[in-house]
Amino acid sequence: MTWKQVFTSSVGKKLVMGFTGIFLILFLIVHVGLNACIWANDGGEMFNKGAHFMGANWVPRILEIGLFAGLLLHIIQGLLLVFYNRSKRTVGYAINYGNRGSKWYSRSMGLLGTIILLFLILHLANFWLPNRSHQGFLLGEEINLYTTMKDVFSNILVVIVYVFGCISLGYHLAHGFQSAFKTLGIHNKRWHKSISAVGLAFSIIVPLLFAMMPLSFYFGWIN
Amino acid sequence: MQHYNMNLTLKVWRQKNKEDKGGFQNYQVKDISSEMSFLEMLDVLNEQLIRDGQDPIAFDHDCREGICGMCSLYINGKPHGDWKANTTCQLHMRAFKDGETIVIEPWRAGAFPVVKDLVVDRSAFDRIIQAGGFISVNTGNAVDGNSLPINKDAADAAFAAAMCIGCGACVAACKNASAMLFLSAKVSHLALLPQGDPERKSRVFNMVAQMDKEGFGACTNTGACEAACPKEISIANIARLNKEYLFASITAEK
Ligand code: HEM
Ligand code: SF4
Ligand code: FES
Repeated sequence: MTWKQVFTSSVGKKLVMGFTGIFLILFLIVHVGLNACIWANDGGEMFNKGAHFMGANWVPRILEIGLFAGLLLHIIQGLLLVFYNRSKRTVGYAINYGNRGSKWYSRSMGLLGTIILLFLILHLANFWLPNRSHQGFLLGEEINLYTTMKDVFSNILVVIVYVFGCISLGYHLAHGFQSAFKTLGIHNKRWHKSISAVGLAFSIIVPLLFAMMPLSFYFGWIN
Repeated sequence: MQHYNMNLTLKVWRQKNKEDKGGFQNYQVKDISSEMSFLEMLDVLNEQLIRDGQDPIAFDHDCREGICGMCSLYINGKPHGDWKANTTCQLHMRAFKDGETIVIEPWRAGAFPVVKDLVVDRSAFDRIIQAGGFISVNTGNAVDGNSLPINKDAADAAFAAAMCIGCGACVAACKNASAMLFLSAKVSHLALLPQGDPERKSRVFNMVAQMDKEGFGACTNTGACEAACPKEISIANIARLNKEYLFASITAEK
């Protein structure tokens, strides 16, 4: 039972999805918490301080490498699993099984993930790339991220794409959150009930908060 | 319920052998009693086909009382038909109305190739069991059955998992054609009992390896399998299998 055998098995691949998925959930908590500082209504002062701590300090910058590694692992393993699983039914049914026992979003994790990925590319191009290239990808001087946000979110098309990305994230998590704990082996009903409840709340609240950010800028709810 | 007779159109998958491409063929059956089982209705059709000098439709069945797991028809988009917690052989014609069209397909999964018409080869399940779905017992004096205390809840859960009849409806329903519900029922059944403990690590590891080798997909916890299962095997067993696998991989010596 070598590690290679473990992580190339179907259960092992799922374990990778579960671990990286929970890791990304933890990242979302940090990200949404920090970004919520835009609602301090202080012209972005508090938000920029937080962003500065994350951008101009070696500790979060090293953690950032871990974040990208985890994200890449999740994306690559996820897409490989989608194709792996698709190849397992070569001849399809004339009539599909439909929704009995499962929700459409639990069967569409690859599609939802791909939408999130496309959103992420735009998102990184909007904020991460301009800032890091300005910093020379080291600890150089940052751009004013608050005014960048204001600028980016003055475009209605961008706002729509962001909201759509957040909705996809919500559905991805509506299945993914509780599924990840099943993947890691939580089988007791009492635990699963609470995890499902927390997962549902998380997958509504966090994407909603994220979606409120571009909307707040676009509609001028903050100054 | 009032007895009634019905005329039906059947759209049945016909395929000569593994290599044949196969396709749907329409049949009419008349005066089918609502008291008949689904398989009896197919028997009527087959007798009609034999009388007309045609090849009867091949389908799997054995006990016809819901316990062996041989029957395996995908009826109107549902493995074992529309009734919950039910096998094809226990589906009765009162589930249908006069004039209805019923579409009958075989289980679809790469690991379950069609042998003929509606019969698929499910020997992959046998090989998964052979890979670890057993306990090894050296012969000797018979031990007193009550000498090994077993927690009642664990015994009940093990029994519920042991209810699996290996029909493959879970695979047929799963969008990934994954055999995880079947596998997890077998692993859980033995993992919950002290007799299964000595081999628990090698069991889960070898059975998962065999499942992958047979060409089943990976589980994504959608829940379709549980809803299709005639024995209502709980999807919680899959989480238990994951736990067994994770623990086995962390604590393995090599
Ligand atoms: C911040 C973003 C993301 C978060 C928080 C997240 C979270 C999760 C979680 C918790 C799971 C459940 C794991 C399990 O069932 O064990 C999951 C599964 C999955 N994710 Fe993501 N994910 C994100 C982005 C992505 C992206 C960009 C893709 C790109 C393709 C993706 C594709 C998948 C796939 C294919 C699965 C497997 C579905 C399944 O097994 O049911 N995810 N994700
Ligand atoms: S788990 Fe249920 S559906 Fe799957 S093989 Fe066993 S009895 Fe059939
Ligand atoms: S024929 Fe035995 S379970 Fe249906």
